[in-house]
Amino acid sequence: MLFLLVSAVLVMSTGSLEQDSRSEYYFRFSPVLTMAATLKPYLNVVRKTLEASMCLQNFDSQVVERHNKPEVEVKSSKELLLTPVVISRNEKEKADEIEKILCHKFMRFMMLRAENFVILRRKPVEGYDISFLITNFHTEQMYKHKLVDFIIHFMEEIDKEISEMKLAMIFHIIHTITQITAAAALITVYRDS
Amino acid sequence: MVDKHSFGVDPITCHAFNSNRTELALSLNNSEVKIYNKGGAKGWNETASLTEHGQRVTGIDWAPKSNRIVTCGADRNAYVWTLQSGQWKPHLVILRINRAATCVQWSPNETKFAVGSSARLISICYFEEENNWWVSKHIKKPIRSTVTCIDWHPNSILLAAGSSDFKARVFSAYIKEIESKPTATAWGAKMPFQSLMAEFSNGGGGWVHGISFSPSGDKLAWVGHDSSVSVADAANGNRLSVVKGNFLPFMSVTWVTENSLVTGDNGGQLTFINDLDIPDEKGESTMSQVSVFEGTKDNCTKFTTSGVDGSLIIWNFKSLEKSISGLRIA
Repeated sequence: MLFLLVSAVLVMSTGSLEQDSRSEYYFRFSPVLTMAATLKPYLNVVRKTLEASMCLQNFDSQVVERHNKPEVEVKSSKELLLTPVVISRNEKEKADEIEKILCHKFMRFMMLRAENFVILRRKPVEGYDISFLITNFHTEQMYKHKLVDFIIHFMEEIDKEISEMKLAMIFHIIHTITQITAAAALITVYRDS
Repeated sequence: MVDKHSFGVDPITCHAFNSNRTELALSLNNSEVKIYNKGGAKGWNETASLTEHGQRVTGIDWAPKSNRIVTCGADRNAYVWTLQSGQWKPHLVILRINRAATCVQWSPNETKFAVGSSARLISICYFEEENNWWVSKHIKKPIRSTVTCIDWHPNSILLAAGSSDFKARVFSAYIKEIESKPTATAWGAKMPFQSLMAEFSNGGGGWVHGISFSPSGDKLAWVGHDSSVSVADAANGNRLSVVKGNFLPFMSVTWVTENSLVTGDNGGQLTFINDLDIPDEKGESTMSQVSVFEGTKDNCTKFTTSGVDGSLIIWNFKSLEKSISGLRIA
């Protein structure tokens, strides 16, 4: 049952991107229903922005002695944070109630396994359902373009699943209604006879 | 055209060659400095490992004439290494900083070196005979953030520094204890220690990642996170010209003649700038350092780049010139 929920939520979230600092940035998802036709240019913008914002470097703390923390997380020096970038197709990228419940379940599942996802932030940034935290350590260990590919792929898959799940849901509803109507008709027949 | 040497998968944080380019010092993103000797078919053979630093090494510079290496690291220390009967011996430097050191460079006359740091200051270090150690004087004002890069003027008195407060500055690093009175330059005539000779902002607001004095010392070039190259000309009333690159930040810069520059960017792209012409050449990953390899800043024929993919590339200008239409050196 859990896995069913999982796929359902994957389906219902797609993202917006927020860039935040010199050494790392957040990638955040808001639940949203998407339209396939508008997805391609959107993902292109996300790719370009990711490429630009993933120019990360090791940066030792200038506030705390011998510390080295992601500046985007500690936010200790104003000049070290870039203006956040939010990519969003429209202002009303909002999820309905069902999506919210499903998303919550799914994120719990993901966060408990955050270590396996490497770049997943254990707790999403406020206002978002999924956050990735990418630091210079990730870009040093992994190919930068592969990281970008992963995130784009993640978003594409989500979108594909949305449409499939929506179709499946509609069929299921139609089927259920047909069944109920048939049963009701039968009851009427029995009562009348 | 290019001569590529790989040192594993770890990023090369910084590298430096000796004077005749037969030896190489580099750090692979850790606390060690490795010395390599050029030889045979294998390319580079490791000859020594300098292990005095406690944290990541952030800067290396090799003085060509006196054959001394200076290294600095995130552990707030710097060491001067001298070769004594085949062994590299460290000499402690009293930096008096309480944050990480970020970059280091010998002055051209090799009597001093400068260390930039996250403590928002620059230490100018010189040797004190009576105590037998390297002491430092601080340049503090008006630096507001981490010093990310430094470069000496050819007169060994002036020092340029770029910082993450978006500014490029020229300071006087004149140490009256060890130096005779400097003669006037285009940047000014009076230069007591720590005086700010010039301060520039290109208006774009990017962290400065690389800075370089031109061979004559009259021009100053710096590159930044806003993907711009700025040149200030002191001989021309500090006239500022700014060239915007493509959309990825530039990481490093050096002059290759009095009128042309090479920059390396975050996507591994090399950019040549010559009278505002910008031909490009493609590398593979973030180029964190560009240095002159053969010739001088005046008349460079080969230069090296190192970066995040663990490889060091020696680029040959003559063949680059042929492969890129429109590139004129000089």
